[in-house]
Amino acid sequence: MIGDLLFLMLAGGLLLFASMVVLAKNPMLCVLGLVATFFNAAGLFILLGAEFLGLLMIMVYVGAIAVMFLFVLMTIDIDFAELKEGFAGYLPLGVLVAVVLLTEVGMAIWGGLFTVDHLAQPSLPPQSEAQNIVQLGEVLFVNYAWPFLLVGVILLVAMVGAIVLTHRVRPGVRKQNIAQQIARKVEDAVMMTTPESGRGVTAVHFRRKKSNAKRDEEA
Amino acid sequence: MLNIGLTHFLTLAALLWTLGILGIFINRKNIIVILMCLELMLLSVNLTFVSFGAFMADLAGQVFAFFILTVAAAELAIGLAILVLFYRNRRSIDVEAASQLREQV
Repeated sequence: MIGDLLFLMLAGGLLLFASMVVLAKNPMLCVLGLVATFFNAAGLFILLGAEFLGLLMIMVYVGAIAVMFLFVLMTIDIDFAELKEGFAGYLPLGVLVAVVLLTEVGMAIWGGLFTVDHLAQPSLPPQSEAQNIVQLGEVLFVNYAWPFLLVGVILLVAMVGAIVLTHRVRPGVRKQNIAQQIARKVEDAVMMTTPESGRGVTAVHFRRKKSNAKRDEEA
Repeated sequence: MLNIGLTHFLTLAALLWTLGILGIFINRKNIIVILMCLELMLLSVNLTFVSFGAFMADLAGQVFAFFILTVAAAELAIGLAILVLFYRNRRSIDVEAASQLREQV
């Protein structure tokens, strides 16, 4: 009963905020709609007993993906109203495609194709009565160990790819050369002096050597 | 009162997926919103996986939703990187500005 009510609330919110993503004029509102959509989806996941995945959803999507979208939106300077032009032109085609696809999927769902009895036996029934995260860990690190590692490689490739794509070498930017800095010697350095008239800069060398000698004596 | 079953979750996922498709069609010019609609569609697939997993008492659904989450994040990182490059070259994120490679008419 309470589950039904929760489902209706979360499903309504999900569809409402998803429509906001699709229809909003301001891309900021789209991102906010996306965040709210993912919160509702996380609620649905928790309702389905996938607590870990629900919380992961909030962390990954709200914490990382929405922020990434916001970052890009803030970085680029675009007149978004201009991009919204021709909205009405594409609407009939979009609605047509959406209705056709929804009818197809709806026929499959409501035609009783996807009832639990029709489906194969579960490949990985829960082994224990442990918490969701424990069960998931048991499956993920045992049955799906290789896919798990491969997913890590995918993330690595994505990271390297994003850096390689967006990195640019800008000419005229002075960079610190640490090796050169460390290799620098006192003798090569430029010093500010006020040479006495008639003696010239050699006096500096004389004074330096004398002070060094004094320091060596003290040591 | 209705009893929530697998069908309800599947219907919700189908509706969400259709909204994503609709968004791609009607926001044809704005790549950022298209990427967001892709995220919506991936979310609906995730929802399908998790609800099948829950109603069949099968953990594989959650595991695959987990993998899809990872792939979605990777796809988005690359997509936004390409978007930033595109903006740098064209000063626009209009899809129609990406017409350099097509046949000249």
